[in-house]
Amino acid sequence: MSEDKKKILVLFAHPAQERSEVNKPLFTDCQQHGDVTAVDLYREYPTFHINIDKEQQRLREHDVIIFMFPLYWYSTPAILKQWQDLVLEYGFAYGANGHALEGKTFLCAVTAGGSEAAYQQAGYNHFTVRELLQPLEQTASLTGMNYLPPFVLFSARNAVEENRVNAHIESFRHLLTALAEDNLDVETSRALPVLNTKLSGSFNA
Amino acid sequence: MTAYFIQAFIYLCAAVIAVPLAKRFGLGSVLGYLMAGVVIGPIIGLVGSETNTLQHFAEFGVVMMLFLVGLELEPRMLWDMRNKLIGLGGLQIGLTTAIITAAGIYFGLSWSIALTVGLIFALSSTAIVLQTFNEKGLSKTEGGKNAFSVLLFQDIAVIPMLALIPLLALPELVEQAQAAVGQAAQQHEELSLVAGLPGWAYGIVVMLAIAAVVVGGHYLSRPLFRYVASSGLREIFTATALMLVIGIAALMSLVGLSPALGTFLAGVVLANSEFRHELESNIEPFKGLLLGLFFITVGAGIDFGVLADNIGPVLGITAGVMLVKALVLFLLALIFRIKNSDRWLFALSLAQAGEFGFVLLSYTVQNHVIPTDLAQMLSLVVALSMFLTPGLFIFFDKVIVPRFEHFENDRETDEITEKGTVIIAGIGRFGQMVNRFLRANKIDTVVLDHQISQVENLKKINVKSFYGDATQPDLLHTAGIEEATMLVIAIDNNERAVELTKYVKHTYPKVKVFARAFDRGHHFELKHAGADFIISETYHSALELGKEALISLGVHPFKAEQKKATLRELELCYKDSLFESWKKKTEDSKYSAHFRELFIELETAIAKAMKSDHFDEQARVERGWTPPPKDYEKEMNKTE
Repeated sequence: MSEDKKKILVLFAHPAQERSEVNKPLFTDCQQHGDVTAVDLYREYPTFHINIDKEQQRLREHDVIIFMFPLYWYSTPAILKQWQDLVLEYGFAYGANGHALEGKTFLCAVTAGGSEAAYQQAGYNHFTVRELLQPLEQTASLTGMNYLPPFVLFSARNAVEENRVNAHIESFRHLLTALAEDNLDVETSRALPVLNTKLSGSFNA
Repeated sequence: MTAYFIQAFIYLCAAVIAVPLAKRFGLGSVLGYLMAGVVIGPIIGLVGSETNTLQHFAEFGVVMMLFLVGLELEPRMLWDMRNKLIGLGGLQIGLTTAIITAAGIYFGLSWSIALTVGLIFALSSTAIVLQTFNEKGLSKTEGGKNAFSVLLFQDIAVIPMLALIPLLALPELVEQAQAAVGQAAQQHEELSLVAGLPGWAYGIVVMLAIAAVVVGGHYLSRPLFRYVASSGLREIFTATALMLVIGIAALMSLVGLSPALGTFLAGVVLANSEFRHELESNIEPFKGLLLGLFFITVGAGIDFGVLADNIGPVLGITAGVMLVKALVLFLLALIFRIKNSDRWLFALSLAQAGEFGFVLLSYTVQNHVIPTDLAQMLSLVVALSMFLTPGLFIFFDKVIVPRFEHFENDRETDEITEKGTVIIAGIGRFGQMVNRFLRANKIDTVVLDHQISQVENLKKINVKSFYGDATQPDLLHTAGIEEATMLVIAIDNNERAVELTKYVKHTYPKVKVFARAFDRGHHFELKHAGADFIISETYHSALELGKEALISLGVHPFKAEQKKATLRELELCYKDSLFESWKKKTEDSKYSAHFRELFIELETAIAKAMKSDHFDEQARVERGWTPPPKDYEKEMNKTE
């Protein structure tokens, strides 16, 4: 276990938080975590006018970058795409002298409306969540970040009724702690389709 | 008294009939005035004997014109023009004088007379050329700008000419010249401060007079205007402007200088003043009328008797002079690389002799330089050449321009950029914001306000602004409304804002009017008047405050932003129908529009629309990001 704790940045994007049943409590919970900087992008930039300098500085100051969002049309909400387009500049995140993100860890914490079965080749969504998030995986690769599989809650619309929300929050809390203390078995985790299914077994102890 | 009324009526009547007629035939107002003069003078003989007196009076139009020309020229611009001014202007006068002098000597004139004639004919008519340039919109072309610098140099050159000509009265030189000035003063009972002064003293007096104009214009004009403007009386401002011009003209006459040059100088001194536009708009109408009068007297002054007796020589000399001048100018245009149709414009526009010709001719007669009969004939040449000038402009329009049109299409874009200005009427809190925003984005603005304190404040923070009442059409004119792309109306007087909108949209339909409304009723009135874009002054700030209030009360900022957008959209939805019912109501009872009822109507509409959102989640007005309904997957799996 390393002396210095890793610093975690959670970038949260949810455009209709008054309707949120999972993401909002999840985000609220991770705000309590001492090693996490939790940013609500829609709150900070309601007009989508993103402060690029500030965002880049935040990235420099953290070791783990997490995108937290509800999967919508197999992608991120609009503001998170805007954030990527503006913040991950040439010369900062990639290209000549663009080494600011190298060596950092990157993952997505998403909720999906469909069941895990739907996100299979045989399901009506035909692709797994990990496959759908390949643009982000490639972004991480180009910027030199270590990509971890997504942390996913499936069938999110029925999670409250089925009492799955608290367990999910708990599980995410564990993940954050593991990331902060740098004792996640990255090599094992990296091959997983989603991070949370085998979470308990993937710590370095 | 009765006789004056009748004379005045005849002159005005002739102008009223002839000028619109001439304009209709595309001849320009100058030719119209000249024709009017010929008709009432030599042809039907209604006027005649008083023409000379009137002409002196009308020359004041030229004085005013030069004042206005001066106002348009900032000292720095004048300095930038110095090469063209001296190069083009100097060469034009030098070459033309030399050729005409040589021709005069060849035809048997003594060298002093020939030189005088050469000098007189080297001058062109500032009045005709500038007036025509303005009317035809040629002032900003290359040809127009170069012609202007030549005219300017000529007007300045009149001073040394006035000094030189008396010396040409051989052989007595200086003494006789002095005597002649004294004599002239006695004969015409003219006042003069310099009669009988020795040469060196005369020089000092002249320098003092010029210094008085420059220093006075620079240091005293502003407190004076401020004092007058604070009274808020428009006619007193007009009186002040007139007082200034007449005073300077009088001072210059007293010391024997050209009044036109003096006022030109004063104009240049005042060109940087924030009162410039207001001054211009006050002097402009006087200038127009007096110049018109001047042209009429030129027409009326043509002596058909003398003309008939000397028809051959007069026509010959006129043609010769114009040809020589045009050739010299064309040559200069080649040397100075003035291209295409501009070269022709430059050569043709300045080919006539000018109004200073009349002044100099009578001056030479007084100084016994030129015999009276020759002077009379030369007067005719000057008049005739001025008479022919509009013809040259028509020739330019109809023959030269079409030949070059093809070439000039490429240049068109250049000129448009120069015209991309925005006039901002009213520079209070609102106008200032608009101005700052536009200027920060490199848009040229002309700022007008009728509150002198406001103009002063802006001056302190280096914003160029001008004092004046923006609702006066002539001030808008001098501010360049014809060439502006947009007028922003941010004045505090609601009715005047509406009238201004109406006037501008009617007179200059191409100018976009962006107006600030006081309230909804005013908004509708402005819309009715034809404004292109209207914003109520408190609308956006109120919405913004409302949004911040929501956030502060716990609403998520993005949600609050959406609510704001929703309200704005609703307003937009109902705006047109509200406007229609407003229009109907104002038409029904002209003076009592029932705004209260209208407001209630709108409030109900908004409340209804907001409420419908609660019942129907997919209500059009507030459709946002929504997750799928619960259990939607059952549907998905069924269809699969």
